[in-house]
Amino acid sequence: MSKIALKVNGGAHTVDIDPSTPLLYILRNDLGLQGPRFGCGLGQCGACTVIIGGTAVRSCVTPCSSVKGEITTLEGLAKAGALHPVQRAWIDEQVPQCGFCQNGQIMNATALLDRKPNPTDAEIREGMAGALCRCMTYYRIHAAIKRAATSMAAGGAAAGSGGVA
Amino acid sequence: MTTFTNIPKQIEELLEQWNGTTSRRNFIKGSGLLVVSFSAAAIADANPLSPEASADAAMAQAAGPYPDPDFRQLDSWIVIHEDGTATFYVGKTDGGQGTGTAFRQMMSDELDIAYTRTTLIMGRTDTTVDQGGSGGSDGIQVDGWPMRRVAAEARRVLLGLASARFAVPVDELAVREGVIAVKADPSRTATYGELIGGKRFNVTLTGDHINATTGVAKVKAVQDLKIVGQSVQRYDIPPKVDGSLKWAVGATIPGMVHARNVKPPVAGATLISIDESSVRGVPGFIRVVSKGNYIAVVCEREEQAVRAARQLKVNWQKPATPSFPTSEELYNYMRHATPTSSRDPDVVGDPDRAIAGAAKVIEAEYDFPFQGHTAIGPAHAMADPSNGQMTIWSNDMKAYGLRTGVAQFLGMPPDRVRVIWMDGPQLYGRSAADDAGFEAAFLAKEIGRPVRVQWMRHEETAWDTKGPAYTFTMRGGLDGQGNLIALEYNARSADYNHLGYNEPDTVLIAQLIGTRPSAPARGGAAIPSELYAIPNRRRVAQVVRMPLVWESPLRTGNLRDPNGPQVTFAGESFIDELAAAASADPVEFRLRLLTASATDDNQFRRARSINAVKAAAETYGWDARPSPKPLGTGSILTGRGVSYCFRNQTVVAQIAEVEVHRGTGHVWVKRLVCAHDCGLVINPEGLRRTIEGNMLYALSRTLHEEVRFDTEKVTSVDWNSHPTLTHKDTPAQIDVVLLNGDPRPNRPDLPHYGAGEAACRPTVAAVANAIYDATGVRLRRVPFRDGRVLAALKAAGV
Repeated sequence: MSKIALKVNGGAHTVDIDPSTPLLYILRNDLGLQGPRFGCGLGQCGACTVIIGGTAVRSCVTPCSSVKGEITTLEGLAKAGALHPVQRAWIDEQVPQCGFCQNGQIMNATALLDRKPNPTDAEIREGMAGALCRCMTYYRIHAAIKRAATSMAAGGAAAGSGGVA
Repeated sequence: MTTFTNIPKQIEELLEQWNGTTSRRNFIKGSGLLVVSFSAAAIADANPLSPEASADAAMAQAAGPYPDPDFRQLDSWIVIHEDGTATFYVGKTDGGQGTGTAFRQMMSDELDIAYTRTTLIMGRTDTTVDQGGSGGSDGIQVDGWPMRRVAAEARRVLLGLASARFAVPVDELAVREGVIAVKADPSRTATYGELIGGKRFNVTLTGDHINATTGVAKVKAVQDLKIVGQSVQRYDIPPKVDGSLKWAVGATIPGMVHARNVKPPVAGATLISIDESSVRGVPGFIRVVSKGNYIAVVCEREEQAVRAARQLKVNWQKPATPSFPTSEELYNYMRHATPTSSRDPDVVGDPDRAIAGAAKVIEAEYDFPFQGHTAIGPAHAMADPSNGQMTIWSNDMKAYGLRTGVAQFLGMPPDRVRVIWMDGPQLYGRSAADDAGFEAAFLAKEIGRPVRVQWMRHEETAWDTKGPAYTFTMRGGLDGQGNLIALEYNARSADYNHLGYNEPDTVLIAQLIGTRPSAPARGGAAIPSELYAIPNRRRVAQVVRMPLVWESPLRTGNLRDPNGPQVTFAGESFIDELAAAASADPVEFRLRLLTASATDDNQFRRARSINAVKAAAETYGWDARPSPKPLGTGSILTGRGVSYCFRNQTVVAQIAEVEVHRGTGHVWVKRLVCAHDCGLVINPEGLRRTIEGNMLYALSRTLHEEVRFDTEKVTSVDWNSHPTLTHKDTPAQIDVVLLNGDPRPNRPDLPHYGAGEAACRPTVAAVANAIYDATGVRLRRVPFRDGRVLAALKAAGV
């Protein structure tokens, strides 16, 4: 067991744990963050994605002791009570079906837009390819990414009404 | 008003709070236990009778028992709060297609209350009436009716209360958004909250069964519905997007421990011995639980259980004979197997004679593999055995069946078991959520502590329930004018060991511990659903069995639109082959077959089928010509294909446009068009997304999915060995046309039919037909992975 210090969504945490423990289990079971989810444990599906230092990382295959930067989870995307433009776009496009994979979709899209603020269709297809969805919401995800890109280019203003109609 | 019989607990709690007494479940409030999120429901949090409060209470580890809410009590369905908001309690679950939002729309409309002043609780066996959970895409079509009727009845009762209060007849009252006013003096008003807030309706409903539940009131005519038909945004989406939703996979309570299964390494293996010393050193290790061939390892922490399950040394004995043919040998095996059962042949005219006299006879064979649910989140559940009860948190779409099945499995009275449904990955039929629910309850009872179990990826992909593989042999005869005069359809499905839902003797743990019925359910084989008028036809559908029946990873069960994609692939591919043989345009050929009869049913399905095929063709911009088109010269070959079917009363026609890469065999479905008629549409934008998801789901089954196995085990076990559709496959354009009814004027409005599965039925054939149009090569075996397509192109010299 080792004392592992983690910075998550602006807060500091220390857990006493086997250093090989995948980050996912600590986020979910010790810190109570249910955004990242177990999908495969193999780094193949993206459901567990978090952002570390601007990069989308598969927390199910990331030993907690290897984490150096600050971790952002789905719960940490919103700032000062305002949803991230990607989350806003996800609601405006009514993207999720069951929603189980959408953590991975949103986190990968956020990292993609961070890298490429105005991605082409091909860049979206390529950049998102590792985030699997079994309800097959891909078509709406592409629309939401474009909507978020437009919104972020305009300064992050909400692109639509959102909320309950 | 009649005597109140079986008081639903949520009502009791509300009234106890309202009367200032202490609920016997209040003690757990604020204990940090699970709270279902209703953050998107615009309900005032300050209300002590808010749904959050009752949801919180119902989550707790109370002493039970948990009798079923009485569906003949209006109070079991609807609670009006003092602030005039309403909570609806329905016995369904929402797999993410927005049925919860649709139910709220339907009930709000009938109750005459603003949608934003309502909330909805689903699928909790102790607080919601037993509507069976989800399945069959009948939530809107069937279960929506009692919901509408009870909401209409509540409105009637409220009007009666207002009539008494104002001493004016009901027909002199007007109701709008939860406020009743005297028409002659609109200053005299009463809100629903003022009339009955926090009190019981005390109204007994009638009906022999839950689907027949009704009060005295009549539901509204379609033209009077105001909220139905609006694209209300789904209430479950914001919490899914901001991370606040509580999922079944995250269900946790103090003292909970983690379990992982250790599955047999090969199908049908017998457990000889377990070397527990191999895991005793794992930190947090608690126990190995085993019974028969079922093994699980329980540890304090999740990653410890994962490690222990991987590390546990077990001595297994393989079965003496092969459990199944290899996946490559499967179709040959199925074609030569002796059927275990057959449908009564469906015969019209004299197909043998007609084919003997046909100008042209076409024959073809098609194959469709086993495909699995392969949920994005592997099966999971958490169970708490405290107080001599059993509470199971699960995403199983049939919470009530899970409750009843587990009670029987554990020998507990049903009212000592409850299931709390929470959101989870895809509810597309008989998934492994059933199995995990039983396992969690079994382990919790064994350990005497709350246990959370989750399958690993390889278990889910290898061992979840499979949609049956099919083989088809088809024969058709055309006359000299290219008219289809005879059709023979012979199908075989590998559906012998078909599992029902939550059966205590067929769930996987029951099979592994040796509890099983004397014979399997025999399964079924299906025929295509179309309304082609063909003068001579014979349709035979048979079931065959694999050598290993029990404890097999090739257990079959309902997978989204059970049998539909398989039989429609064969049926609509062959119609396309016949159209090509007749040198006819595929759309025109289908319309000829649909219009060859004038008879229709009382759902106007023939007229609606014709309408749907025409609407799809028009939307696509279909140019009439036979397939295939002249072979292109470039590396990318393009083509389009059509397919049509119905599912129950819902009619669908689709067109796929493909690009086939000549050098790699890669197929990209560039565009999909769907004309969809499910009668009255509750939420158009929600429906569009459900249809899109259906089509792309079927596209995944078309292009990628296949359970692969050797003679002793499934070898497709993760997302590399069992690929699925990805972002790269996404069409550039999807057009969904929502049709509502048949094109004839003056017809009555159609009721609301189901839409959860119909649109995944015709997609496979539409893609196959488009590939043929592009390349002249007919693909008769699913899936159309690059290598198989390339081999077919090369074999044909393309």
